Amino acid sequence: MAIKEPERIWWKPYTRDEKIWVAVSLLWMFTSFVFMPVYHFAGSQNPPYETYRVSPEEFDKLVEAMIEKYKVGEENGMPVVHPDPDEPVFIRASMWQWYPVVELEKGKTYKIHLSSMDIQHGFSILPINMNFMVLPNYDYVLTLTPTTEGEYYIVCNEFCGMGHHMMVGKLYVK
Amino acid sequence: MAAEDYRICSFTGLKIHKPTEDLIKWNTVTAILFLALGGLMGFLIALTRWPSVHYLSLQNYYRYLTLHGIDALLLWIIFFEIGLVYFTSAVLLNTRTVIPWAGWTGYALMLVGAVFVNFVVFAGKADVMFTSYVPLQADAVYYLGIIIFAVGALTCYGHFFANIIQAKRDGAYKHSLPLGSFGLAAACIIAVLTLAHGAVIMIPVFFWSMGLIHYIDPGTYRLIFWGLGHPSQQINVCAMVSVWYMISAFTVGGKPVNEKLSRTAFVLYIFFINVASEHHLLVDPIFSNWHKIINTSYMMHLAVFASMVHAFAVPASVEVALRNQGYTRGLFEWLKKAPWSNPAFSAMALSMVLFGFLGGITGVIFGTEQYNIIRHNTFAIPGHFHGTVVGGTTLAFMGFTYLLIPYIFRRELVMQGMAKWQPYVYGIGVAILSISMMSAGSFGVPRRHYDITFSGAPFSFTFDPAIDMFMSMVGIGGILAAIGGVMFILVAMGSIMYGKRLAS
Repeated sequence: MAIKEPERIWWKPYTRDEKIWVAVSLLWMFTSFVFMPVYHFAGSQNPPYETYRVSPEEFDKLVEAMIEKYKVGEENGMPVVHPDPDEPVFIRASMWQWYPVVELEKGKTYKIHLSSMDIQHGFSILPINMNFMVLPNYDYVLTLTPTTEGEYYIVCNEFCGMGHHMMVGKLYVK
Repeated sequence: MAAEDYRICSFTGLKIHKPTEDLIKWNTVTAILFLALGGLMGFLIALTRWPSVHYLSLQNYYRYLTLHGIDALLLWIIFFEIGLVYFTSAVLLNTRTVIPWAGWTGYALMLVGAVFVNFVVFAGKADVMFTSYVPLQADAVYYLGIIIFAVGALTCYGHFFANIIQAKRDGAYKHSLPLGSFGLAAACIIAVLTLAHGAVIMIPVFFWSMGLIHYIDPGTYRLIFWGLGHPSQQINVCAMVSVWYMISAFTVGGKPVNEKLSRTAFVLYIFFINVASEHHLLVDPIFSNWHKIINTSYMMHLAVFASMVHAFAVPASVEVALRNQGYTRGLFEWLKKAPWSNPAFSAMALSMVLFGFLGGITGVIFGTEQYNIIRHNTFAIPGHFHGTVVGGTTLAFMGFTYLLIPYIFRRELVMQGMAKWQPYVYGIGVAILSISMMSAGSFGVPRRHYDITFSGAPFSFTFDPAIDMFMSMVGIGGILAAIGGVMFILVAMGSIMYGKRLAS
């Protein structure tokens, strides 16, 4: 019993039921075990891993330089940029703003750099629901090829203070 | 050790040492009080996420959410586990607690830490959530409270080893620990590893909050924090699985069908769960591909395999015991004739179902490298862990409380009619809560979010209208779970205070 000391020799062979269950479980685990690395290479749906150190000041300069070069308008007081597809795109997270609004072209591949000016934020693209962490001092690079035109929203999904629920940004695919 | 310090339990025949009994009583009662506080916070939060109610104010929502994590996840569960430490290392072995004063010191430290943390959060100086991700900063007292609590908890988990070593010397067991104690031994080993991670990160953060250290790397914090945060859930898993085995033994006389199988599974938890805890960081900018692949394939599945083994062994022990009692007709007579109106038994059975099907399976899915992109930080994640730590651990511990009341507190259960229904009400409430959270999360609804209509934001996003139903179900599940929780508190505290005294 689980509440009594077992008999002297408890290292006993498995019965038939146990063998079947252990075999089924092991087989299932082994399938997942193999499938994980296989899908990593075959699936091309992996989380990005390109990442650099960057200070908030340096990153801010990169954002401002991009805005100066590619600004095409303003929306709700926030600059809208339309960068060239082979240029890096910088999106800055801070309490409580995703800055600036970005227009991307459908079918072109972009490198989107994310970093935070202050604390940790969560980069959640809706409605397609893809989520990444944005940390200060880290430049996180997503390689992204938009395939559907439309308006997308960037919602912060890591708690970042009392204005957290107002931290919504926008992204266009044209 | 004088013989008069012992009594023989009339239900179990176990020899119970007076100081051990007192330690279990105080830790359990403290745990239940923190569950009441944490549960109340949870109830208010569920009402706030129900869009048409949206009960709390902005500030209180985040404040109570921080407290809900601290009180319900940390304090209720760990205080209860410390009770289990003494139960399995002394009571089950018919022996004593070796250093009662160390037990009381640990208890006092945990209580002081717990009060510090609760106080500083209520005072509004630590709205940082359970995870307190740097550079979001809380008052230094918050971190100090966590550290004091952890030192106390480590003292108590460490006491387990002192007890079993002395028990062996005293001849309380000859060769091997009972399985219930073996599971807690696994829990205590994981606890030491886990709390070491806690010390490595929380002590520097404490100095940082006082301005003595200038910079804590946010990526490193996340890595080491989750070395504390996830393995501490594995302490809970080990304790919970032990509780399953013990409830099966106490209520129906269940016997583990194969000690080798069950014990191997506990050992797998010790080895693999710690390194498998990086699934919190799959969409962080810190890990290489290989790190993620090894972590999500190799490490995680060996720990999952252990859970599969227990999922077989515990029901098997119940089945064998009931068949031996004569319920042998057909495949399922034993299941039909199981003591479903005994709240300890039904809590165990429901706990296994909820833990496995809601918490476990979703955990494996959400923890995969690619799938994590569409679930990270969405409402689906709390949906997952409300299946594991609420439907699983909390419900199992509630069931065990129904056994501790006669065995340790020596009181008869009051309001037995209500007690009979309590695990079902609570279990169904938690199931609705968990399923609706996961459904809403699949549409991208964020967790830890005050207002998903984004009022005041520069741009406003509108979710798929389907989430209105799921978010309302969160409220309804929360209300049901709260009713089940109140039933538990009434029965448990009512019995402890006013239950008919039982002769020992």
